[in-house]
Amino acid sequence: MTENVSNVIIDTGCANLSSVLFAIKRLGYDVIISDDIATIQTAKKVILPGVGNAKHAMKNIEEKGLVECIQGLKQPVLGFCLGMQLMCSDSLESTVGQDSELINCLDLIPTSVKPLASKGLRLPHMGWNTLTSIIDHPVFANVNVGDYFYFVHSFAAPINEFTAASCDYGSEFSAAVVRENFIGCQFHPERSGVNGSKIIKNFLEM
Amino acid sequence: MLAKRIIPCLDVRDGKVVKGVKFRNHEIIGDIVPLAEKYAQAGADELVFYDITASSDGRVVDKSWVSRIAEVIDIPFCVAGGIKSEQDAKDILMMGADKISINSPALQDPSLIARLADHFGIQCVVVGIDSYFDKETNHYQVYQFTGDEKRTQKTQWQTFDWIEKVQSLGAGEIVLNCMNQDGVRQGYDIKQLTQARKAANIPLIASGGAGEISHFTEVFKQADVDGALAASVFHKGIIDMSELKQTLKAANIEIRI
Repeated sequence: MTENVSNVIIDTGCANLSSVLFAIKRLGYDVIISDDIATIQTAKKVILPGVGNAKHAMKNIEEKGLVECIQGLKQPVLGFCLGMQLMCSDSLESTVGQDSELINCLDLIPTSVKPLASKGLRLPHMGWNTLTSIIDHPVFANVNVGDYFYFVHSFAAPINEFTAASCDYGSEFSAAVVRENFIGCQFHPERSGVNGSKIIKNFLEM
Repeated sequence: MLAKRIIPCLDVRDGKVVKGVKFRNHEIIGDIVPLAEKYAQAGADELVFYDITASSDGRVVDKSWVSRIAEVIDIPFCVAGGIKSEQDAKDILMMGADKISINSPALQDPSLIARLADHFGIQCVVVGIDSYFDKETNHYQVYQFTGDEKRTQKTQWQTFDWIEKVQSLGAGEIVLNCMNQDGVRQGYDIKQLTQARKAANIPLIASGGAGEISHFTEVFKQADVDGALAASVFHKGIIDMSELKQTLKAANIEIRI
């Protein structure tokens, strides 16, 4: 059923939908989870969540017929964690005991997600880490270098021309990327306490 | 830099937070949601909820409280207890938990670890290990069904072998419960955790034995664990979260204040 609402979380079939939903509701905004194309297209703000691996998530998005819908969105779209990685061109993923596999993603931000070059530091990169740089962008208003955010990932986008914030774990990687209306955060704003709430609020108030 | 994590653990039974000594004699500490909220606001980096009865008597964790926690807190949390299948894990994750922790079911069917890692990603698959130092054999031995005294039993696994095994199957994190230390507040088992650290290339969380602030300093400095889990010192107000974190920071341990 198509609904006309301001804020929509795309139902990617991934498992962290409700934590994202609760985070937005805690801040006092109305939001729904939907995989209906018209509902997503007419929303003022769209959130693309995701956890787990890109292969499963892209398969879900393809089966729901949402690839072109997401690629065609003109309103601000915020990707969280795997949602950010899905915005990239592709992701070189590997499962334990298997060869790595190149997964084609949504190609909204022309960069490739690769295993995090942690240079011997333990993976997954799990826990609270600080941002080492941030560009001037409304989503990152009042967010500062040195602020802690919650990260959980083994893959990352390298530093590139669309990097909006960086983080260091063995090597620097994109903690956030921005290209036009598409914004992605590698960390989990919905699980990053007060700092994460700032980013969600900044986005919804854009 | 990546911060070391302070992780209050809430053992849950029948919707209440309980705490036992050496996994026994459980007393009720309080309601889940207000306690979760209190710890999140106090500066906890993460929370773990163990349904301590679930694995032992064949039930899955009572699910309603997972959503209620996810609604109120804005830090990550992990749910443990009776997760035996992809569907069990999916239900918990869909309700808003960030990670699921498996213990006895992984011992009964190690391939569960690989299946969960494949479905949900290794980042949300935590393996809890209940380890007991057996003075007779001089080995650290893995135990299962520790939530129920009558069913608690030694497994065929020695602890460090099991750590390597779960890691090879796709565990994303290990919580090592050092049973000899649990609930007695005499300090973390530095010796065991140091050995476990050598075996684990994934995040390792120390559990069992925290009694005072210096125990946290020791476990981070000496055993290089990624996080330290504790229950009674927080539930009983023996350690103040903010004082703990300030002290660790002053000791040059990377900590989120």
